[in-house]
Amino acid sequence: MERSFFDLLLLKLRGDLMDLLQIKGVNKSYGENRVLKDVSLTIREGEIHGLVGENGAGKSTLMNILFGMPVIHSTGGYEGEIFFEENTYNPTSPEDAMLTGIGMVHQEFMLIPGFSITENIKLNRERTSPSILSKIFGKGLEKLDMEAMAGDAKKALKKLDMAIDEFLPVAGLPVGHMQFIEIAREIDKGKLKLLILDEPTAVLTEAEAARFLKVIRRLAQEGISILFISHRLDEVKEVTDRITILRDGEVVKTVETKEISLNEIARLMVGRPIDFSKAKEESRHIGEENILEIKDLKVNMPGEEVKGLRLKVRRGEILGIGGLAGQGKIGIANGIMGLYESSGTIIKDGKELSLNNPREALKSSIAFLSEDRRGVGLLLDDSIEFNIAFSSLEVQEKFLLKFGPLKLIDNKAVREHANRMIEELDIRCISPRQKTRSLSGGNQQKVCIARALTLKPDLLLVSEPTRGIDIGAKKLVLDTLVKLNREYGVTIVITSSELGELRQISDRIAIIYDGKVAGILPPDASDEHFGLLMAGKAIEKVVN
Amino acid sequence: MIFAIYLDIPLSGLITDILVRFGMNAILVLSMVPGIQSGIGLNFNIPLGIICGLIGALISVEFQLTGFVGLFASILIAAPLAGITGFFYGKMLNRVKGQEMTVGNYVGYSVVSFMCIFWLLAPFKSPELIWAYGGSGLRVTVSLESSIRHVLNDFLAFNIGSIRIPTGLMLFFAVFAFVIWLYSRSNKGLSMIVAGSNEKFALSNGIDVDRERIKGTIMSTILASIGIIVYSQAFGFLQLYNAPLYSAMPAAAAILIGGASIKRANIFHVIMGTILFQSLLVVALPVINVIAEGSMSEVIRIIVSNGIILYALTREEELA
Repeated sequence: MERSFFDLLLLKLRGDLMDLLQIKGVNKSYGENRVLKDVSLTIREGEIHGLVGENGAGKSTLMNILFGMPVIHSTGGYEGEIFFEENTYNPTSPEDAMLTGIGMVHQEFMLIPGFSITENIKLNRERTSPSILSKIFGKGLEKLDMEAMAGDAKKALKKLDMAIDEFLPVAGLPVGHMQFIEIAREIDKGKLKLLILDEPTAVLTEAEAARFLKVIRRLAQEGISILFISHRLDEVKEVTDRITILRDGEVVKTVETKEISLNEIARLMVGRPIDFSKAKEESRHIGEENILEIKDLKVNMPGEEVKGLRLKVRRGEILGIGGLAGQGKIGIANGIMGLYESSGTIIKDGKELSLNNPREALKSSIAFLSEDRRGVGLLLDDSIEFNIAFSSLEVQEKFLLKFGPLKLIDNKAVREHANRMIEELDIRCISPRQKTRSLSGGNQQKVCIARALTLKPDLLLVSEPTRGIDIGAKKLVLDTLVKLNREYGVTIVITSSELGELRQISDRIAIIYDGKVAGILPPDASDEHFGLLMAGKAIEKVVN
Repeated sequence: MIFAIYLDIPLSGLITDILVRFGMNAILVLSMVPGIQSGIGLNFNIPLGIICGLIGALISVEFQLTGFVGLFASILIAAPLAGITGFFYGKMLNRVKGQEMTVGNYVGYSVVSFMCIFWLLAPFKSPELIWAYGGSGLRVTVSLESSIRHVLNDFLAFNIGSIRIPTGLMLFFAVFAFVIWLYSRSNKGLSMIVAGSNEKFALSNGIDVDRERIKGTIMSTILASIGIIVYSQAFGFLQLYNAPLYSAMPAAAAILIGGASIKRANIFHVIMGTILFQSLLVVALPVINVIAEGSMSEVIRIIVSNGIILYALTREEELA
């Protein structure tokens, strides 16, 4: 777009030229689910801009839009406007973003292990010189000019203070170095004006991270704007000029970093109006007796590793387990049920539970609602009634008729039981013979609950019960859980990424950080405390 | 069918043919069921079971057992043998999860080739079994004329008009179908089916998935061994050497036509599929033979059975 001299002058006078990137009123939904609501954001030239928010606050979606990821366009694009250096910017592919001057370093490294550092940095932008073949068959067959490439690589690495042999293979380098190589690749693109860093320090050691932050600052001084996304609030506080806080797809606040405290950031990140009226109606007395005692539990669940966790669950309570994704909260229930390899000690009702043995866990009256409802929780191509009855048929040999040595399924008993459950839990279906695949998320979850109930457990482990369920059904599922707890005396351990729902129904909430319990808080503790615990602060520091 | 009438091919003969072919193939098709239910998919390695069945039949011929004695002796020898090989094959399949069907195919090929050597060296003496000019080694096709030919076909057989009903064959299949049906309603069978349809779900319910898969493989292999004995007695010959290779595809195609997928199958699929597939062959082939060249029928049969398998497998991909 050509602008007249006057336009530019006008803009200069207004000071808008300082803004490198302007996002104005961006909306994005995935199907019914609205993930970004009227998000506006500006990034100035040479600024380090922090972006913080809980999981699911919309950070990744925003990044995907900026970087033109195909997932955005395959789900219907976005609404709103984005300007980059005063020009409308509407990327439809990552290539657009690169050409415009936006680079991104992903959370997972995108490097080819067997290639050298130089080759990785220059990948797909190789310097070439003509060869005999290329004269005949075209440019695609030109020879690589290794020397020129190495020179470029060296230059980019130098900007990052890296003195390293650029011909070393990437495989075997420390993770810290890989991170730098990724950035070097972005810098080498030459036009780089905005660098997006998604959780760049998550895999770094403290010393590496400190050095990394220093480099970031230098880049900013050279005029490259940086959008810095991190869960480590103290880093964000330390390195950024301004911070934008996202919550539930909305911008809560954009603020100069100097003017906000760490605690305030944590509060704004987590805080949302919570209806405590229901939880408070009765003052509940929960004894000191432990139904479950976990000592030094280690669970080898990829992405959700538990690293030596200690936790006590009291009989009759609802214990919430919260924390950010990847910190290991999901691993706990899966480890107790023996679905992932685990070690340590678990004592249920005073007896030690044998690990890595799902049948044993089920027999000791523990039931489990998996976070992977459609994968682990349901037989999608079987009927509702079969889904409800199967666990107790398998483990407790219920619903069976005996014919000599044979035990056959008692369809009549299964049907009766299913009908009772459908009525009790209000499962919306055409008939108990309907396949569970065709049910809505909320009703599928209720079928899972019905199956767990049929086992008559005294301890129910629930993982992410409301994931992928619309808001109305969420409340029903949570109400059902509370009802189970109050009326049937089932102890419930609920793991959820949504702190709000934990605070609604739990008696205590344990926050998991780095595979261990960071601290246990009452549901009415302040937003600030929750936020700090989730960011990995020790409980002693938080409460004082 | 209409073409058949038009072309003056005797209808009663066709119907008898359909019934007989249904009976002789049904147990082989049935052998697909435990495999699918336990999660190993279409068991393309039924040649393994078939070879066990052949050995059983050969031994009973060697000892000159005839009639029902011969039939049951064959089965009694074949079934345990199939059970053992099925167990080891199942163990192997647990190491190659996700590629059972491909691996099964290749194991089938290697075992059949290996057995070609065995057939040559096996110490059978009966003149009915070895080459007509003497020496050692078994014939390519062994006639069962003097032993168990048509034992089941003729048992309680009767005619309705000119249609002959092979009662024994039907009853024999019915017994096995009933056993498999009963098993799939029992708690043991349900565990196996659940293990096959959703491994993670099964695991979270305390089912030992690997064990269920081995069970399914064993059952499938045993059924295949019995299936080939029934097939051979109706056909009148034992086919050795490369013949077992050509048994898996039609059986797989038949159960798929019946509406099974590589994840779900039941007795109804077996019955429907076998009837449809066999009547397709029985009716279509003579018709085509009259219309076109004689050798067309075999070509068409191969195209149909492989085409159906291909179709079912690609459809499965879409669902996944």
